[in-house]
Amino acid sequence: MELSTSILLTIALAPLVGCVLAGFFGRFIGRAGAHTATILGVAVACGLSFYVLYQITAGGAPVYNQNIYTWFDIGHYSAHVGFMIDRLTAMMMVVVTFVSLLVHVYTIGYMADDPGYQRFFSYISLFTFSMLMLVMSNNFMQLFFGWEAVGLVSYLLIGFWYKRPTAIFANLKAFLVNRVGDFGFLLGIAGVLYFLNTLDYATAFAAASTLVGKTLQITQNTHWDAATVICICLFVGAMGKSAQVPLHVWLPDSMEGPTPISALIHAATMVTAGIFMVARMSPIFELSETALSFVMIIGATGALFTGLIGIVQNDIKRVVAYSTLSQLGYMTVALGVSAYAGAVFHLMTHAFFKALLFLGAGSVIIAMHHEQDMRYMGGLRKYMPITWITMWIGSLALCGVPFFAGFYSKDAIIEAVGESHRLGASYAYFCVMAGAFVTALYTFRQMYLTFHGKERFVVVHDHGHGHGHGHDDYAHAGHDAHDEHHHVSHKDDHGHHEPGIMHDTPKESPWVVTLPLILLAIPSIIVGALAVKPMLFGEWFGSAIHVNEANNVLGELGKEFHDWASAGLHGFTQLPFFLVLAAFAIQTYIYLFNPSVADRIKSALKPIYNVLNHKYWFDAVYYIVFARGGMALGRVLWKGGDAAVIDGVLINGSASLVDRIAGGVRRLQSGYLYHYAFAMILGLILLLGGYWLVGQ
Amino acid sequence: MFNHLLSLLIWLPILGAIPVLLAGSGRPNAARWISLLVAIATFVASLGLLSQFNAADSAKQLLENHVWIASLGVNYSLGVDGISVALILLTTFVGILVIVGAWEVIQTNPHQYMAAMLVLEGLMIGVFCATDALLFYVFFEAMLIPMFILIGVWGGPRRVYATLKFFIYTFFGSIFMLVGLIYLYLQAHTFDLATLASLPLSMKEQTWLFFAFLIAFAVKVPMVPVHTWLPDAHVEAPTGGSVVLAAVMLKIGGYGFLRFSLPITPDAADAYAWVVIGLSLVAVVYIGYIALVQEDMKKLVAYSSVAHMGFVTLGIFIAFMLVRGTNNLDAAKLGMQGAMVQMISHGFVSGAMFSCIGVMYDRLHTRQIKDYGGVINVMPWFGFFYVLFAMANSGLPGTSGFVGEFQVILASFQANPWIAFFAAFTLIIGAAYTLYMVKRVLWGDITNPHVAEMKDINGREWFVLGAFAAAVLALGVWPQPLIHLMDASVSQLVTQLGNHKI
Repeated sequence: MELSTSILLTIALAPLVGCVLAGFFGRFIGRAGAHTATILGVAVACGLSFYVLYQITAGGAPVYNQNIYTWFDIGHYSAHVGFMIDRLTAMMMVVVTFVSLLVHVYTIGYMADDPGYQRFFSYISLFTFSMLMLVMSNNFMQLFFGWEAVGLVSYLLIGFWYKRPTAIFANLKAFLVNRVGDFGFLLGIAGVLYFLNTLDYATAFAAASTLVGKTLQITQNTHWDAATVICICLFVGAMGKSAQVPLHVWLPDSMEGPTPISALIHAATMVTAGIFMVARMSPIFELSETALSFVMIIGATGALFTGLIGIVQNDIKRVVAYSTLSQLGYMTVALGVSAYAGAVFHLMTHAFFKALLFLGAGSVIIAMHHEQDMRYMGGLRKYMPITWITMWIGSLALCGVPFFAGFYSKDAIIEAVGESHRLGASYAYFCVMAGAFVTALYTFRQMYLTFHGKERFVVVHDHGHGHGHGHDDYAHAGHDAHDEHHHVSHKDDHGHHEPGIMHDTPKESPWVVTLPLILLAIPSIIVGALAVKPMLFGEWFGSAIHVNEANNVLGELGKEFHDWASAGLHGFTQLPFFLVLAAFAIQTYIYLFNPSVADRIKSALKPIYNVLNHKYWFDAVYYIVFARGGMALGRVLWKGGDAAVIDGVLINGSASLVDRIAGGVRRLQSGYLYHYAFAMILGLILLLGGYWLVGQ
Repeated sequence: MFNHLLSLLIWLPILGAIPVLLAGSGRPNAARWISLLVAIATFVASLGLLSQFNAADSAKQLLENHVWIASLGVNYSLGVDGISVALILLTTFVGILVIVGAWEVIQTNPHQYMAAMLVLEGLMIGVFCATDALLFYVFFEAMLIPMFILIGVWGGPRRVYATLKFFIYTFFGSIFMLVGLIYLYLQAHTFDLATLASLPLSMKEQTWLFFAFLIAFAVKVPMVPVHTWLPDAHVEAPTGGSVVLAAVMLKIGGYGFLRFSLPITPDAADAYAWVVIGLSLVAVVYIGYIALVQEDMKKLVAYSSVAHMGFVTLGIFIAFMLVRGTNNLDAAKLGMQGAMVQMISHGFVSGAMFSCIGVMYDRLHTRQIKDYGGVINVMPWFGFFYVLFAMANSGLPGTSGFVGEFQVILASFQANPWIAFFAAFTLIIGAAYTLYMVKRVLWGDITNPHVAEMKDINGREWFVLGAFAAAVLALGVWPQPLIHLMDASVSQLVTQLGNHKI
C-alpha cells in the first residue's frame, strides 16, 4: 500500500504539537500534562514509524517521494519541503522515535525534581521533530533545516542548567564548532546546486554521474575535481555534527546537559546525522576515491585516539561520551570504505546500546544523588541490580562480544576495512583493530569502578556534620582527585555535597527509569542477529544506498557469510574477540584484585597519561587560537581600523580639517573696513594682472 | 477604482501627525492613541496594495502623475513594483510596532516623538513610491529631518555628537547624488527614472555617476568603510529610532542601488561590481570580528547590521557577474531575490533585536553587556523571544535570517566559490558574536542585584516582540509568497542588467 502524506505529516508534526503544548502552556497543563502531551505526541510518531517501516519492507509500499509545499521557486532553482521515505529513512525514523519515546518516559524519573520539567519535555519533543525533518527530507534545503534545528535544540539542552558557567560555555562551544562544520556543509550544498542544478535528492542522485570529469577552478591554474570538492565539503558538515576529529571537541563538553539528552541527542540520534547524511549521499560519494579516503582516515583516527582518552576519564558520563566519539569513528571508517550499509547498521545497534549505557549511567547518577565521579562509587551492583545487568548487556554489545548486537555491526566494519584497498586502508585497519582493545579497556574499567569492588562512599544519615572525607580504601581514588582538574565542575546543580558522602543508601531507580533500560537491553542483544543478514549482506536498503561494484567490500564479505549463528560462533575464534578477552583479563585483575596496579601503571606511563588527560591539548589550543585569537583580532580591527583609521583620521580628521580651515578663513572676516578695501584692491590687481598676462 | 492609494499611504501618516501635535504635551494619551490609529490605518491601507497590485506584472503600477515644478520638468509621479510593495509593507508594519513600543517609554513630549515617527514613516513610504528622481531625492533628504530630531531630542548622553555625525555623514553622501542627478537632468531634460534608465551614457559618464550614487547609497546601507556613523547613531538613538533606522532606513540604500545604479549606469556598475562585492565580503568578515568584541549591546547589533547588509549589496552586485560573466540569469535572480529577502528579513530581525535591547534598557538603564547576566532567571518569556531573534540573527533555518543568506551564498557559488566561501563565514562569526552576547546577557546566574528585580515583559512588549516573532517565523518557514510578490520585478531588473548602454 502506498504511504499517505497525512501519515507522514502526522509523524513529523505530532512531536511538534507536544513541544508547543509543553513549552507554551506548561504552566497551565502542569507537569503531568506536559509529559503526557509530549509522550503522546512521540508515541504517535513512533507507532506510525513502525507502521511505515512495515509498509516499506513487508507491505510492498513503493518509495515515497513528494513535495509538501514550495519553499522558494526562482527561475529553474527551487527548494521545497517534502518527504522521501525509503528503507533507510524508515529505519532511521523507527530508531529516532523509539529511542526518543523511551527517553521521554525515562525523563519522568530523571527530571522528577527539576524546576525546568516542562521546558525539558518541550525541548526533547522539539528535537524529535527536528530530527524527523532531517531524516525524512527529500532535498538538501530541508536537510540543512533539520541539521541546524537539531543543533539549536542541542544548544538549548546542553545549556539546560543555564546557571552553571560550564554548561553555558559548553553549549556555546558546541554550537560554534558545529557551525564550522555547517560552513563546509553549506558550501557543499552550494556545490551540488552549481554542478547538478537542483537541491532535490532524486534529481541530484540521478544526475550524479555527470560530475565525472568536471572540475572547480580554485585559482588561475588549480582545478579540483568537482565530486571531491562537494564530498569533502559535505563531509566537513558531518565532521561537525558527528563529532569527528578535529571537530570532536564539543561532544565531551556536551555532557553538561542532563543525562537523558546525552542518551538521545549526543549518542543515539543527532550525532549520527552525519553518518546518515553520508550514507544518503552515497551516489555522490562513490564518485570520489579521494574523498572516501579522507573520510576513512578521519574516522579511523577518531576511532582509536578518542577511545584512548576514555581510559583515563573518571566521570561516568565522560567515559560513555568518549566511547561515543570512538564508535562514531567506526561508523565513519565504514563510510570511508564504501560499507555504507555497515555504517548505518552500526548506527542502529549503537543507538540502542549506547542509549542504554547513557541511561544506565543516568540511573547510577540518580542513585548516587548526582555524583558522577566513579572514584566515589563501587559495589553498586547489589543496590541496583536492573541497572547493573542491563548496563552489562550494553557493555558487552559495545565491546562486540559475539551474539550481542554490537558484534555483528562492529565486526563487519573491521572486516570490511580489512577487505578494502583504498589509500590508507591499512592505517584504518590498525586503528579499528586496536580500537576494539581500547573499547574493551575503558568499558570494563567503567563497569568495575561503578558496580564492582568495594564501596568507595560512606552513608551518613544525619545532615550537617562535617565528616572530613570518605575513607580512602583505594589509594588511587584519593590521588586522582588532585590531578583531575575539572571533576568538580560537572556536577548537577542539585545542591552542593562533599564527594564520597551520601545521605541515603543508593537504591534502584523507579520503573520509569528501569523500564526503558530493559526495553533498550532487548534490542541490544537481538537486533544484530536479526538484521545482520538482510541489512548488511542482503539487498535490504535497495536503492537507498548506492555502491560501485568495484568498492563493494560488504558484497565480498557476504560471500563467506551464512547465518547469524555460525557468524557468532566464528567470532569467538577471531582477533577482535581475543583483544576483548585480553582487556577483560587485564581490567579484572586490576580492578577486582589489585587496584594499586592502576596507580603504578599511571605513574610509570606518566607522559602518556598526561597526553590523554589533556585530550591531546585540542581544547587548550582551540581556546587560545580561536576564542582568544578571535577576540584579539576583533579588538585590533576595531581599535585600529574603525576607531583609529576610519573615524579618527577620515571622519573626525576631515571634520577638524574643515574646522581649522574655517578658523583660518574666519580671520578674513574681520569687520575692519580697511581689510576689505585692501582685499578689493588686491583682487583688482590680480584680476587685471591676470588678464594682462593671459593677453600677452 | 481608487487610484490615489500611494498618495494616501504617504500623506496619511504625515498629515496624521498634525492632530498628534495638536494634542500637545498636556494630553499624552490622546497623542498616543491618535498616532496608533494613524499607524494602524496606514498599515491597513498598505494591505490594500496586496489586492490592487498585480504581482505577475513587472511594470510600475498604481501610477500617479502630476506636474510639480513645470519649469524644471519635475513631476510628482508615483508608482510601485513588487520590491516597493514589499518594502512599503515592512515600513507600515514596523510603523505600528514603534508606536506601541514607545507607548509609556517616552515620557517627555510624547506627542512630538509620535509625530516625528509618523512623518518619518510617510517620507520613507514616499521614497519607495517615487518614480521621479528629484521627488525621490526630496523624500530621501527630508527623511533625515525627523530622524535628526528623534536622535537629537530623545537620544542618549552623546546625542548631539551622534545626530550631527549621522546627519552630516548621510548628507555628505547624498550631495554627490544630487550632482549626479543634475548632470542627468542636463542630458535628458527630465527626472523621470524610466527615461533616465534608457538614457545612453558613455563609460566615462557612467563611471562618474556610478561613484556618485555609490557614495550616497553606500553611506546609507551602510557599507564599509563609511559605516561608522551607524554604531554611534544607534547607541544614542531612542529604541524606536533605532528600530526604524535599522529596519527601514538602511534598506533605502539597497533600494537606491536598484533604482539608480543598476538601470542608469549598468556598464560602470558591472565594471566596478568587484569593488562592491569586495566591500560586502569585508563587511561580513571584518565587521563580524569587530562585533565580537563590542561591550555595548546596541553597538554589537549595529555592527551586526552592517555585516548583514553586506549580503544585500553582495546579492545585488553578484548578479552582474552572473548575467554578464556566465549569462546565468536564473542564478542572478536567485542572488537578487536573496538580497531582497535579506532586506525584509533584516528589517524584522534587527527591529526585533533593538526592541529587545530597549526592553532591557527600560528596566536597567544600561546597555553594557557586563551589567547583565542571568536575565533568563527573572524574564523567561523575554528569554524566549531573545533567543529566537538571536537565532534569526545567526541565520538559523526556519527563521527569516536564513533565507536571504542561503540564496545569496548559493548564487555566489555560481559566480565564484571563493566569494561563497567568505560569505558563508557569516555562519561562524555571526553565530559567535550573537550567541556570545546571549551567553553573557541571558544565561548564567544573576550577579547584578538589579537584574534580580527585573520584571518579565508586559502585554504591550509581548505584542511588539510577538509580532516580530510571527513575521520572522512566517518568512523563515514559507518565503515563497514574498518571493512571488517580487519575482516579476526582480526578473525584469536582472534582464536589464544585460542591456549594454555602450
